[in-house]
Amino acid sequence: MLKAKIYVKLKASVLDPQGKAVTNSLHNLGFTDVLETRISKYIEMNFTSDDREKVSQEVEYICNSLLANPNTEVYQYEIVPLEQNLEN
Amino acid sequence: MRISVVTFPGSNCDYDAYRVCLSRGHQTKLIWHKDTDLANPDLVILPGGFSYGDYLRGGALARFSPIVNEVISFAKKGGLLLGICNGFQILTECGLLPGTLLMNESLLFICKHQYIRVETEASPFTQSIGKGKVLDVPIAHKEGNFYTDSETLKQLQDNNQIIFRYCDKQGEINLQSNPNGSLDNIAGICNPQRNILGMMPHPERSATDTVPTQDGKWIFEAIEKALE
Repeated sequence: MLKAKIYVKLKASVLDPQGKAVTNSLHNLGFTDVLETRISKYIEMNFTSDDREKVSQEVEYICNSLLANPNTEVYQYEIVPLEQNLEN
Repeated sequence: MRISVVTFPGSNCDYDAYRVCLSRGHQTKLIWHKDTDLANPDLVILPGGFSYGDYLRGGALARFSPIVNEVISFAKKGGLLLGICNGFQILTECGLLPGTLLMNESLLFICKHQYIRVETEASPFTQSIGKGKVLDVPIAHKEGNFYTDSETLKQLQDNNQIIFRYCDKQGEINLQSNPNGSLDNIAGICNPQRNILGMMPHPERSATDTVPTQDGKWIFEAIEKALE
């Protein structure tokens, strides 16, 4: 079985007001060296299949059609064995 | 006029829209999102609310409801389609309208009266109102910050697809009159064929005598005149 670890991030050109608010709070906390914060989504998805290529194709399709909005977001993912991840 | 208002799980302005349409004498039906028949309407309204709890992104999951295929095919045949607030988000997620509604710049849910200016008469939703008219129509959203790339924005401007822009009482469009950070103060846009309107303000919340302002009536009247 396989696990997809998917990151959906705002494109660099899109303003991230949440990230900006977090940066301001971090500055107030004294971390004045924090230049910028960007908030992203992290999604885990488990698959019954062991076929990496098939799962990759599915994840690509899932990201394009639902998880990421192509107007404002980009995605990246990695596929790892599910068992290994559970042990960790 | 026959009007169908679609209810998604989490819609909360469906009854407001339904009652306004009924009160104006129209045959109005609430259509459940799992239905596959729009009941032969002249106008379809995708109402405001939080379809599917706004999970993932506002409007992202509603687009997979069975009725949405019917809505898309209705609109592609030229049927009049009005998406209000969450309905606007659904229209962008379906690809029927360009752009995305991002989180408000202030990160706050904003619920207040807002002035918007009619930017063009060239749409069935505004042709009888007149360009430049300032309307007081409430807004209530956290994700209404309209964003698109600069090329698409230019297309919207060049094709006269910006229907409403946020303004002040005098109709001035500036930073102070922009409640949510929307690009170019955009409050509502249409498609190139001009039969689909998406808008963040709620005309259905300002179209009966029981609420303080009635400027939303102008939009319903315009649609009625366009379909006469």
